[in-house]
Parts: sequence; structure tokens; C-alpha cells
Amino acid sequence: MAMVELRQVRKVYDSGFEALKGVDLEIEKGEILALLGPNGAGKTTLISTVCGLVMPSSGSLKVGGHDVVNDYRAARSLIGLVPQEISLEPFEKVDNAVRLSRGLFGKPRNDALIEEILRRLSLWDKRNTPIRALSGGMKRRVLIAKALSHEPDVLFLDEPTAGVDVELRRDMWEIVADLKARGVTIILTTHYIEEAEAIADRIGVINHGEILLVEEKASLMKRLGRKELRIELAEPVTALPDALAGRSLRLEEEGRVLVYDYDTTAERTGLAKLMAELSAAGLSVRDVDTRKSTLEDIFVDLVKQQEGAA
Amino acid sequence: MSGMNWRGIWAIYRFEMMRFFRTLLQSFVSPVISTSLYFVVFGTAIGGRIDQVEGVSYGAFIVPGLIMLSVITQAISNASFGIYFPKFIGTIYELLSAPLNFLEIVIGYVGAAATKALFIGVVILLTASFFVDIQILHPLAMVAFLLLTCLSFALLGFILGLWAGNFEQLQLVPLLVVTPLVFLGGSFYSISMLPPAWQTVALFNPVVYLISGFRWAFFGIADVPVGLSLLAIAGFTLLCLGVIWWIFRTGWRLRS
Repeated sequence: MAMVELRQVRKVYDSGFEALKGVDLEIEKGEILALLGPNGAGKTTLISTVCGLVMPSSGSLKVGGHDVVNDYRAARSLIGLVPQEISLEPFEKVDNAVRLSRGLFGKPRNDALIEEILRRLSLWDKRNTPIRALSGGMKRRVLIAKALSHEPDVLFLDEPTAGVDVELRRDMWEIVADLKARGVTIILTTHYIEEAEAIADRIGVINHGEILLVEEKASLMKRLGRKELRIELAEPVTALPDALAGRSLRLEEEGRVLVYDYDTTAERTGLAKLMAELSAAGLSVRDVDTRKSTLEDIFVDLVKQQEGAA
Repeated sequence: MSGMNWRGIWAIYRFEMMRFFRTLLQSFVSPVISTSLYFVVFGTAIGGRIDQVEGVSYGAFIVPGLIMLSVITQAISNASFGIYFPKFIGTIYELLSAPLNFLEIVIGYVGAAATKALFIGVVILLTASFFVDIQILHPLAMVAFLLLTCLSFALLGFILGLWAGNFEQLQLVPLLVVTPLVFLGGSFYSISMLPPAWQTVALFNPVVYLISGFRWAFFGIADVPVGLSLLAIAGFTLLCLGVIWWIFRTGWRLRS
């Protein structure tokens, strides 16, 4: 059974704006899914419908097998949410704010756990500090502590590292890895493709309220394994020399550049042989450049394709 | 609904009460000072000329009205601020994503606001007892009226807090509707002191029934039958509960 299961989830706001257009998504227990998408793609709406902040217009949403609308109590008990906006009571002390979260979820007091969480997030020394006196990064840590305080099985992180320093980002990634090791399912939205690359098991791309792709990171990375070698020739040529005809080469920029696609993960890339053949064919090389297709390229391509189709 | 989330209710209640206790001095001192001022102005200056209303000294006569005045305004402002503030700063997300139903959220917030109002009411009663002799003929009825008033106006405040889109709106209803109704509700006079035409108008003011009933609990004198007073306050409480139930069922101003 999937831990999170969305079937044909639609959301039309009162303004008539269709933020989600029939989203299907399944997330397994203990999995980390990164949702990528431009601003306004529907990432936050998607998270908000699962967490109970936004009512879905139609479709079914289940968390741990519990419907989030009809059986919201059981469903929400499993969910922790770290929102995108820093929303905290300014006059409250860190410790009280975190304890409130645990209480709201109906969990009994557990001082040892709260201490562990606060220490883990480097907040222990600040536990009696009013939140308004904390820096932005520290406030975000408090949001994370609040979400962890009630021991969620499913954790939603809505752009957790937007505008935070390197240290917190690294801490975040470590915490996510820890949680995964404990079997927590994690869904995070991000603009940062390297973040998805670093921590996700699967990557989903969403735009205009539609999921364009959900794929294992490993298989995506395989696609990323494609590399392009661009060889700038000293003298432009009109056609490929016959000796090179058998290779997957193409001419670009009016014969000035030879492009060679190869797989970096293959045992033999054939690069050395190609260079030897080039000089044998009498072509002199001015410069060599390589380009790797990134997740970003795939992402941009997908979004462009969708826009082209629309 | 199987099993209430009592820990969740307690968490809200405790959190709200802590805000109150953080500012205990203000919470305590301001009603004491304002009550004392009312006694100086109304009790001494005006009371010297009025002497007695329906057999009760004027100073004592205004005590139930003074308590009601503060309890009503405090219940409304505490409850409306209590739920408006999380909406304003965005922390409402946590409340909405927690496994809490509407009743639990209402009990937490309204319970805390009503407790604060009750506290203020008791403080005023104690302060007043330093200025005048107070008799309470029907203590049980007095407690019942006080509790129902704290509760019903905290419910009203909660609705206002949900409805309000900005701080101006949050102040609007208390300022434009509630304060006039309370002042015109017979806090400082008996309805029978008004000209006949205004007596009729006064009967459309719901606060008249409250203050009248509350005063009856003290002195056994009332402008309207006490049963009617109880009915009015109970009806008002039910109305507020109904509105709140509808709000949570539809997600109005809470969930988009």
C-alpha cells in the first residue's frame, strides 16, 4: 500500500483558477520524493490539499490508507508540515512553540524527545528565546522542530531550503537522511535541482497543475549520463570525412563544430580513438568542450514541451 | 466522532492562557483602575444626586452593569484576537493541519477567552466590594449568568476574529455595535428611568436582558422577567454555536 496516494485530484479556486488538474501520485513508505516546478506550478496547493489547508474540488487523497477529508483525524495524525512561509508566534519562546505543536497533535508530553529535536537543530541553547529575536535561518529551524515534535510518518517540506545558509541546508539534508532511515516518508518541493539530486529517491516535475513526470532518480541520472563533446575545427568542413562516417557525429555551426554524443557510464567512450581518427583524416582541432545534460535541461525541456502543446 | 483530542484542546487552552499570564499585570491592573474610575465618576459624582434606584444605592446598583460591561468587551476582544492573530501571522496552518475538529478548536480558544473574561469579572467584583456593600441574593443565578455571558460573547468574539480580514474590522464591531449596546443596555440606569418610547426601543437591545438578569441575581430587581433573560442569553449562545459550526463545516475564511 502506498503511504500517500492521490487519485485525480483537482483543485479549482473560487476565482476559477484551476491549480491542480487531476493529479495522480503514489509515494511509498520511506521514500523521498522531490517535486520540482516553477513558481505557481501547483506545488504548494498540492501539499496544502494533502495537509488539510485547502479543500480538494474532486478526487481522492489518502495518507496511510486514510482519506484526508473523511478520515482527516487519522490521516493528519501521520503528517508533519514545514510550510514555505515562516509563520511563527513572535512573542512565544521556542520551547513553548514546539510543545504546542506536539500537543495539537494529541501526543503526550515528552521532554526527552523535544530536547533531542532541539539539540539536533541547534536550537537547544535558544529554547527560552522569544522567536522574534531569532534570525531567519533559526526561525526555519523552529518550523522544522515543530513539524518533527509530533513524530510524523509523512513529512512535507515546502521549499525548506529557499533562502537559507549553506549550513542549514546541509543540516536539512542530514536530517532528511536520518528520517528516511527511520522509515519516514518525505515529500519536498524545491526550486533547486541539485537539492533534488542530492536527497531524493524519485523526482516529480509539476507545471500548470499537472504532473509531467515522476521517475526514479537513478533512471533520470542515466539520462543525465549523456554527454556531448564539441570539437571546434581549425578549418570548417562541408561534409564529414568518409573515415568518420560510421560514428555518431554531426556537424554544426556551418561546419565549424563537430558534435559527438557519448555515454559517460559506458565502459569505452571511444574518445581517444575518435581523436586519433580526426587527425588521421587531416582535421586539426582548435578547441574541445564538453556539455553534460542536467536535470535542469530535462526540466526545462519538459516545461517547454508542455507549453508548446498547450 | 470517536474520542476527542483532549490533549489538543488543552494545548490550545494552555497556550492562550500563557499569553494572558505573560501580561498578568496589565490584565489585572487595567480593570481595577477602570472600575475604580467608574466608581469615582458615577458612584460618587452622580450617585450623590441619585441616591437610590429601586431601593438599592446607586453605587451598588451599577456594579452588575460594570461587571457585564467589562466581561462582554474582554470576552469579545480576547476571543477575536486569539483566533485572528494566528490567521494574521500565518500560524493558523498548524491548527488546520492538526488532527483537530471544529469543536475542539472552539473549546480551546473560546474556553481560554471565557476564562480570562471570568477572571476580569471576578477582579471587578472584588474591587467594587471595596467601594460599596454588595449583596448577592441569588448566587447560583449570578454565577450562571456570568458564565453564560463569558461563554456567549467569547463565541461572538471568535466569529468576529474568523470574519475579520484586517485589524480595523477586528475593532469595528466591538466599537460600533457592542460598546453602544452595552452602554445603552442599562449598565448605569434602570430601563424604567427612560421615557416610555425609549423603554420600548430598549427592549430590542439584547444586552438589556443580560444586565437585567444579572442585576436580578444581585438585588432581586429586574427590568424584564428573569426567565426571559435566561432564555435570551441561552438563545444567543446557541446562535453563536450554530454560526461557528457552519463556518467550520464550510471552511469559510479558513480553508480555501
